[in-house]
Amino acid sequence: MKQILSALILLLVPVLATAAGGGGNLDSMEPDLSDKASLQRGAKIFTNNCMGCHSAKYARYRLVAEDIGIPQELYEENLIFTDSRYGELMEIAMPGEEAEQWFGVAPPDLTLTARVNGPDWLYSYLRGFYKDESRPLGVNNVVFDNVGMPHVMVNKGGLCAEKPHIGAEESVDPATGETLNDGVCDDWAIEGSMEPEEFDQAMYDLTNFLVYLGEPALMDRKRIGVYVLIFIGIFFIFAYLLNREYWKDIH
Amino acid sequence: MSGLIKWIDDRLPIVDAFEKHMSKYYAPKNFNFWYAFGVLSMLVLVNQLLTGIWLTMMYTPTAEGAFASVEYIMRDVNYGWLLRYMHSTGASMFFLVVYLHMFRALMYGSYQKPRELIWVFGMAIYLLLMAEAFMGYVLPWGQMSYWGAQVIINLFSAIPGIGEDLAIWIRGDYLISGATLNRFFALHVVALPLVLVGLVILHILALHEVGSNNPDGVDIKKNKDENGIPKDGIPFHPYYTVHDLVPIAVFLAVFATIVFFFPEMGGYFLEKPNFQQADPLQTPDHIAPVWYFTPFYAMLRAVTFNLFGLSSQFWGVVVMGAAVAILFVLPWLDRSPVRSIRYKGMLSRIALTIFVVCFVMLGYLGTVPTTDIKTLLAQLGTLGYFGFFILMPFYTRMESTKPVPERVTTK
Repeated sequence: MKQILSALILLLVPVLATAAGGGGNLDSMEPDLSDKASLQRGAKIFTNNCMGCHSAKYARYRLVAEDIGIPQELYEENLIFTDSRYGELMEIAMPGEEAEQWFGVAPPDLTLTARVNGPDWLYSYLRGFYKDESRPLGVNNVVFDNVGMPHVMVNKGGLCAEKPHIGAEESVDPATGETLNDGVCDDWAIEGSMEPEEFDQAMYDLTNFLVYLGEPALMDRKRIGVYVLIFIGIFFIFAYLLNREYWKDIH
Repeated sequence: MSGLIKWIDDRLPIVDAFEKHMSKYYAPKNFNFWYAFGVLSMLVLVNQLLTGIWLTMMYTPTAEGAFASVEYIMRDVNYGWLLRYMHSTGASMFFLVVYLHMFRALMYGSYQKPRELIWVFGMAIYLLLMAEAFMGYVLPWGQMSYWGAQVIINLFSAIPGIGEDLAIWIRGDYLISGATLNRFFALHVVALPLVLVGLVILHILALHEVGSNNPDGVDIKKNKDENGIPKDGIPFHPYYTVHDLVPIAVFLAVFATIVFFFPEMGGYFLEKPNFQQADPLQTPDHIAPVWYFTPFYAMLRAVTFNLFGLSSQFWGVVVMGAAVAILFVLPWLDRSPVRSIRYKGMLSRIALTIFVVCFVMLGYLGTVPTTDIKTLLAQLGTLGYFGFFILMPFYTRMESTKPVPERVTTK
């Protein structure tokens, strides 16, 4: 038994090694792919606001619709703006070369952005825009300095006049008794149509959808994994007992 | 059934082969858990071959299509993600079990006479495995695939005189391109696995010819009963086939935990930049090889000074090559009269401990960007690594060893 334990520990070294880690100053975001409503809202925001410039060319409309639970007709009517068909990949019409002239860089494909940057970064980035006249588009971003992308959702989320509080702990100023870092922004240059909490929720939904988009298998793999581990556990019991039976006379 | 077996056996010696390698192959009865990693390596090899065949069915080996085809496997192919994660996790777990298997051999002197050839075949497998893993990592055609390959192949151009031409010959182009991807695909799925399987067969045939070592390093063939069967041996089948099922179950549990719950392993098994398609115009901030190469990568970077008019880069490559090459001559470096660490002296124990500490430390250092202090540590680690081998003929002879028992010991 002692040997099995030490084998387990040795084999688990890589698992333990990865338990550490984490980002710098980012707001944390815990994706929840079981929340279909959130994913559906996220898909709506993504199609309406992002897919004008960004493709998701490795993903397929049909699979997205099936995974997040939107019926085909409803999806085709509301969430496919190009002349693409239901079974096709989520490509866009904007040519990359022209886009590069407009924004300095071609807007990247977003299928895998959650896997490259992680949910915390995306959630912070989407809420990190602020007013900066020195930039060509008049905006900058706390987590992506000198960003080339305009603040697309400014009419909903508003624009902060100074750097928003991303990744900052809420605290009380000991001198004045004022609450610091309360809410994402103290001073709005442009008020959005949504309340800040509402916009945070919307960006949560969008990030949640992007996490799904990055790895659709995430919907199933943990659930399947539990069954696989249960099966292996039962196999272990039989293997252990069989081994004990065979070896009881060997000394 | 027995009629069929007899029919075949009259034409092909299957009964004989089964007896020689399974039911009448007598293995020492005192194997401990360290002896599981050989069979686990076989298990992972089979996993890699099978998942690899299925991945090949859906993969496109071109610079234009490779990245998209991997995502196609991840999304559109039913359970394609499972095949892909089993293959990518398998690559890392292959090295984990092979490293532990090699450590077992170091501890119990399994490379000593008469098992030198087993060790040499094993090292050839290890070398080939590194090539196989390296080329396999290029195939998804992500940023790390591309830039990792760029760094590694550029190493060859550090060789004076022929280096540049050699690197171009390997790449098939002036930089990593679709031509490189195509040839790596051919080597990864056909040539190297073929040789790898051949070497594994040789490894096992050589083992079964001389018999397995054991934790005591006792030669069980010296004590045979009246039937010529070693007193401390038991038939491999059924005793060890059944025995191995237990560690196999434990291993599968760990394997499944990674595949289903942590397939990226925090960026160690699948690096984050590799979810971006290869872009020859954009170098990633930090190019790190996958964890199983990092000890050697750290040794490469540890050489920071020019010597005899040749660049530090060249000497780095020499050191890295020597680190693998020296493993091959290990059986002739150990002059100890005993095999197992249990009966070797204090010096051998200290040397092995230092060696393991150095190897693990180098492995860590290879994953992080260098600083002055880290370079110094890597240099010390490199000295420790080579010291273990180069000083071995001396410390194994100097130290006093403990008497080896006549028969194997069991707890």
